[in-house]
Amino acid sequence: MTYYEIIGGILITIGSIFLFLGGLGIYRMPDIFNRLQAGTKATTLGAMSLILGVGIMEGTWEWILKSFVIIVYIAFSNPISSHALARATYLRGHRPYIKSEDKEKMDAYREVVENDPKRKEVEV
Amino acid sequence: MEYIIYLAFALMTLGIIFAAIRFIKGPTAGDRVVALDTLTTISVSALVLLAAIFQRFIYVDVALVYGVLGFIGVIVIARYLEGAL
Repeated sequence: MTYYEIIGGILITIGSIFLFLGGLGIYRMPDIFNRLQAGTKATTLGAMSLILGVGIMEGTWEWILKSFVIIVYIAFSNPISSHALARATYLRGHRPYIKSEDKEKMDAYREVVENDPKRKEVEV
Repeated sequence: MEYIIYLAFALMTLGIIFAAIRFIKGPTAGDRVVALDTLTTISVSALVLLAAIFQRFIYVDVALVYGVLGFIGVIVIARYLEGAL
């Protein structure tokens, strides 16, 4: 067992644990925004760690370069899609699940949306 | 080394099962799309790991194209839910 395989195995283990936590968070969280946060951030870290671990475990240049391409693509694409989805669901009328008294103070994005004249007709 | 790969596949399968339950059960359309995004990312990781196990280098390209298509699908559905499409 070489050093490449040891480092790759550690990274693969960390990545698979974070992928499992992402799936569990999708199932457990009470609200669509919490689900987005759990399902996007944990899954991004898990996928990046696991793909880098596979690239290091194989140990040749083409595997490492190809895994870097996928890592850079995931790092760009996953936050963009989660941002677009959160914005769409907010504009559609879903409000965050707030377990507190001052609901108006914690929903700070509402002022921005309601003061934007272009977005008013979209809001359901 | 095989035990690490078995552990990784077991954890990814559990994640896929939980996300699929949310995909079936989800109350709104947004929940289903979030679950679909998570399933796409886990599937990309599983494809790269399968490429390392089977020693087929072409599976990495399949994973990259699958990631691109999932991203475009989520963006299109988000624009549709927003009412701008």
